[in-house]
Amino acid sequence: MSSSFIPHPSSFPLLSVRNLKTYFFQDEGTVKAVDGATFDVFPGKTLGIVGESGCGKSVTAQSILRIVDAPGKIVEGEIVLRRADGSEVDVTRLHPDGEEIRAIRGADIGLVFQEPMTSFSPVHTIGNQLVEAVRLHCAVGEKEARQRGVEALRSVGIPKPERRIDEYAFELSGGLRQRAMIAVALSCNPRLLIADEPTTALDVTTQAQILDLLRDLQKQRGMAIMLITHNLGVIAEMADDVVVMYLGRVVEEGSVDDIFHNPKHPYTKALLSSIPSIESTPRIKLPTITGSIPHPYNRPSGCPFYPRCESYMRGTCDATEPALIAVNERQKVSCFLYQK
Amino acid sequence: MIAYMVRRVLLAILTIWAITILSFLIIQLPPGDFVDTYANTMSAGGTGITEGEKQALREQYGLDQPMYVQYLKWMGLIMQGNFGMAIEWGRPVMDVIGDRLMLTIVISLAAIVFTWALALPIGIYSAVKRYSLLDYVFTFVGFIGLAIPGFMLGLIVMYVGFSYFGANVGGLFSADYAEAPWSMERVWDLIKHLPTPAVVLGVAGTAQMIRIMRSNLLDELRKPYVMTARARGLSETRVIMKYPVRVALNPFISTIGYLLPYVVSGSIIVSMVLSLPTVGPLLLKSLVAQDMFLAGTIVLLLGVLTVIGTLISDLLLMWVDPRIRLGRQ
Repeated sequence: MSSSFIPHPSSFPLLSVRNLKTYFFQDEGTVKAVDGATFDVFPGKTLGIVGESGCGKSVTAQSILRIVDAPGKIVEGEIVLRRADGSEVDVTRLHPDGEEIRAIRGADIGLVFQEPMTSFSPVHTIGNQLVEAVRLHCAVGEKEARQRGVEALRSVGIPKPERRIDEYAFELSGGLRQRAMIAVALSCNPRLLIADEPTTALDVTTQAQILDLLRDLQKQRGMAIMLITHNLGVIAEMADDVVVMYLGRVVEEGSVDDIFHNPKHPYTKALLSSIPSIESTPRIKLPTITGSIPHPYNRPSGCPFYPRCESYMRGTCDATEPALIAVNERQKVSCFLYQK
Repeated sequence: MIAYMVRRVLLAILTIWAITILSFLIIQLPPGDFVDTYANTMSAGGTGITEGEKQALREQYGLDQPMYVQYLKWMGLIMQGNFGMAIEWGRPVMDVIGDRLMLTIVISLAAIVFTWALALPIGIYSAVKRYSLLDYVFTFVGFIGLAIPGFMLGLIVMYVGFSYFGANVGGLFSADYAEAPWSMERVWDLIKHLPTPAVVLGVAGTAQMIRIMRSNLLDELRKPYVMTARARGLSETRVIMKYPVRVALNPFISTIGYLLPYVVSGSIIVSMVLSLPTVGPLLLKSLVAQDMFLAGTIVLLLGVLTVIGTLISDLLLMWVDPRIRLGRQ
């Protein structure tokens, strides 16, 4: 067999999530936070995950790192991570506090949260938490680790990193805090950065700076980014591929161009039409999606979106769940409008 | 930071001064004075004293002068380290209080150590393994501990100790050492007697501390910094002990200040039941007898110890919590 038949390594996904189901078992009932999510993250690319609050974006991220808080549990599915040495591991099979998953956290996958203030311990310096991450995954001494910590802070554009490293999170401005958070997440050169609403708590100017920073770092390091946000503007600016989630399920998936210019799913269409545009007529009401997200204990049967859907087909949409199927090479959608 | 410390110390001095006035007023509040009480005791014993003798006694002790003069005289003496005479005992106040104050502090410290050593690990466990079987067991036992009055627990311990082990668990010393001068043997004797009162005095506090630690930690466990620490790859034990537990401990440091007076005033009945030579029963006795110098000194010392304790816990808190040290925006 000639080598030309072997695909280029970068065409293998770095992370494959298959039919992931993460449920929260509570006395009041079971919340199906993630209910059959399927998607891939490719090396060096940015995957945007978009959806309203409570659609399971964050729980998906936490499931990948196996840090879902009790009573949440992964009940089904696979999360296959391709490690630097080429081996594959299904993280759903690992013990959540075992050595294997801990060697992945921070080293293969870095995590950045929405709120940089509370993402740092209030009583430990930034350096303390940064050096801790370095020493955990790289066999280096205290001094060397600190040096790397200073470099990490410098690489995310924090001025006077030698001094900032000994400061506390509350002494930094919001933007610097988020930069420091990114520095911690990237200190061990992960190949995947999961950024969960990384700019939501920041003002607009700072948002743009942080997004620029993430893009620059991605270019330098060639890492993949899984960007979780409810902000379609951020997705348009950052993502290569987009996954649209609704009530724990992937409703549409495609390249950023397809999603924005040729959306298929009624939910994606509705989301896009509710963005204000600079060209829209002034003083006209923005279209909204009718109804509200169903209560998590009270999920509709069939397609989760049908009660709010404009193309609702009685007897079809409320009967069974549509599968996620490809409508062309680059785009998948789960809607009966496109099922054959 | 220096300004904060100076402000704290000045406030402490001001508070102590206010306490001296308050303790003086409190002692003066009940009608009559020591001479009345003394006269009543004498006449009850059959040997009444005349008004003239009463007057003479009042003059001798300065009780006939206006209140502020009495206060100033008292303060003047205290400044020189002279706390006056315990009239009822006929000995200087410091002689009467000295050993008892030290033993009170020793017992309080033992009770605090017992409380913390038990409550903190249990509280941490209960929070981390919330709604587990052991959490429910600890909650149940804790509430029982909270509900049983200390003196009753003391009685039970003494009864059980006496009838099943033939041991007299009351007191802080064996009969041989009760009045003996301090020596290594006497200290050892004290240490052997400490556990019982420490446990009896500490049980209620332990139950309370478990609840506080549990809820403090539950609050902290939900914070994002715990999840980011986990996402760095730290082991679960390290994550919990280094971050949320460390933060949840801070409120405990601020309770150091009032633990001592809490143990003293809360332990009067327990001390009497267990016949502990602490300050509590002495305070009660002196108040009943209107022995104002003794009562005043005890109230004053407790107040001062509270202020100093609070000052120490504030400074400690400043040391361990950068948010206080550096001033949060």
